[in-house]
Amino acid sequence: MMEVAASEVRGAPEAAVPRAREVYFTEALQEALAEEMRRDPEVFLLGEDIGVYGGCFGVTRGLLAEFGPERVRDTPISEAALVGMAVGAAILGARPVVEVMFMDFVTLAMDQLVNHAAKFRYVYGEQARVPLVLRCPAGAGRAYGATHSQSLEAWFLHVPGLKVVAPATAADAKGLLKSAIRDDNPVIFIENKVLYQSRERIPEGEYAIPLGQARRVCEGGDVTLVAYSRMAREAERAAVLLAEEGVSAEVIDLRTLAPLDIGTVVESVAKTGRVVLVEEGTRTGGACAEIGVQIFEHAWDSLDAPIRRVTTPDIPIPFAPELEAAVIPAAADIAAAARALVET
Amino acid sequence: MTAVESYKRMWRIRLFEEVVDRLFGEGVLRGTSHLCVGQEATAVGTCAALRPDDYVTSTHRGHGHFLAKGGDPRRLMAELFGKATGYSRGRGGSQHMACFEIGFLGSNGITGGGIPVATGAALALQRRREERVVACFFGEGAANQGVFHESLNMAALWKLPAIYVCENNLYAMSTPVGGALAGPGVAARAAGYGVPGALVDGNDIFAVRAAASEAAARARCGEGPTLIECRTYRLLGHSRGDRRVYRTREEEAEWRARDPIPRLRDALLRSGEVTALEAERIREEVELEIRDAVAFARESPALPVEAALEGVYA
Repeated sequence: MMEVAASEVRGAPEAAVPRAREVYFTEALQEALAEEMRRDPEVFLLGEDIGVYGGCFGVTRGLLAEFGPERVRDTPISEAALVGMAVGAAILGARPVVEVMFMDFVTLAMDQLVNHAAKFRYVYGEQARVPLVLRCPAGAGRAYGATHSQSLEAWFLHVPGLKVVAPATAADAKGLLKSAIRDDNPVIFIENKVLYQSRERIPEGEYAIPLGQARRVCEGGDVTLVAYSRMAREAERAAVLLAEEGVSAEVIDLRTLAPLDIGTVVESVAKTGRVVLVEEGTRTGGACAEIGVQIFEHAWDSLDAPIRRVTTPDIPIPFAPELEAAVIPAAADIAAAARALVET
Repeated sequence: MTAVESYKRMWRIRLFEEVVDRLFGEGVLRGTSHLCVGQEATAVGTCAALRPDDYVTSTHRGHGHFLAKGGDPRRLMAELFGKATGYSRGRGGSQHMACFEIGFLGSNGITGGGIPVATGAALALQRRREERVVACFFGEGAANQGVFHESLNMAALWKLPAIYVCENNLYAMSTPVGGALAGPGVAARAAGYGVPGALVDGNDIFAVRAAASEAAARARCGEGPTLIECRTYRLLGHSRGDRRVYRTREEEAEWRARDPIPRLRDALLRSGEVTALEAERIREEVELEIRDAVAFARESPALPVEAALEGVYA
């Protein structure tokens, strides 16, 4: 087992990755699940339609055949009890990985997450460990409408005791999911549904990527773009657009929101003096609001311009594909925000 | 657990709760506490049917379950005092106490919150092919939570080794059971899941123990869960500050006449397992124990303030 350094798993340039092969994002997740299940008999999967069907997005496809119905357990549509059961199994030493079919459905399990999973360790005087992973297919871009398209991660940043992980690349998806499964705390693992279809190179063999370490996607001196999950890919594209105009953007992919690697962000902002924060979630009270304040707390004197945010506006996600595409941040929006900053 | 030991544990719960009530009245204890005076037979009767390595999940009204499972009154009291020697080191308080070593998986501040947790613990035991069971306490108010249905459905589906023990004390805070629970009762809901449901006199420790023993035997041999409804009554208010305006003093007197502790005492005297003198001695012993628990709690150190910031993550 090796831990892959940030530099080795950068999305680009791919030639920098030594031994590697191409897989879909979903396959990278599946590899992580299978490897961890082989490694540790306490790891098992719970969720709706994860067995024969292979999960709504195919992430658990094939796992039933290898691990059987006790370890790849299809459940009734009962998100609250499902997550509560994962908590109960976890405190007895099991390592459940729960798939919530759409992150939007996490609303149904909030009590068990907030009042139980996140608090048992603290309120029971550190007797409890709650090693569970809640895999949450999230985000818009597929015209699923308002209740199947949300990015709700900001809620969980407000719950001490939870960790929040949101990979942007297939390589990170595998390495971070493995770390999440091995972590002794409840982890909200966000999988952007649009990324599922991306096919990317990942390192050969087993590797884990530690939680809490951001990834510098590309270096630049004029402006810092901070993002995570699918938006890190949009930020990467924005950097390409900006480069064509002679603007040098540094892109930071946070990878995990809790714990937050604010050090890497601050280091970059100290260099560039300008920062654009990007998230797919809605604006008010979003992850960027927190990150922005932390930048200000740590590095206000490095800022040469106001912090800019690029987010989805404060609306439910509309269905019509054209409307949806218009409200979700894209590379052009990020580039425009960065351009405006550099011009100030 | 012998009947005599059960008798002792019931007194331990009773006197513990009465002292807690007094300490709240005196302003020594702060916050809130939900006392189970009158409900001792459900807690002790159930735990008497369990093995020491079986598990229990509890509720907001959890001191009795904890003591019945073998909890140390000193460390429980210390927790109520918010001291470092408490089961949760003062971080949890009355509604958030656990001792995993003795199989007590925690009291729980959310009505019904422990039901899926118990169910998941039962799933973990089943996965390991262990012959242990989980007893899940909850009130009749919790039987109206969604997780009650979701959990029983899954437990029945997968034949999990769980015993669902509903303490129907007739009031969810002030709401009478008839105003909140549709249908003939909690036990009757078992039929919907195709599992046995038992309605028992929750103030008769022998009835509770018999039902729980049967349920535990079923659970241990892979036949799945049982739902037991224990009809009982909390003789004190819901919590501190409850003036009990929703029920009559006459009703309370009727239930006081069915107090489970004298009932067990009479049975033990009849069977000759104890003499009146021995019974009195048991109560006196427990009285000293509880006095000692209060002294221990008073004298115990508080957790340093900095420790409030620790223990969030493993």
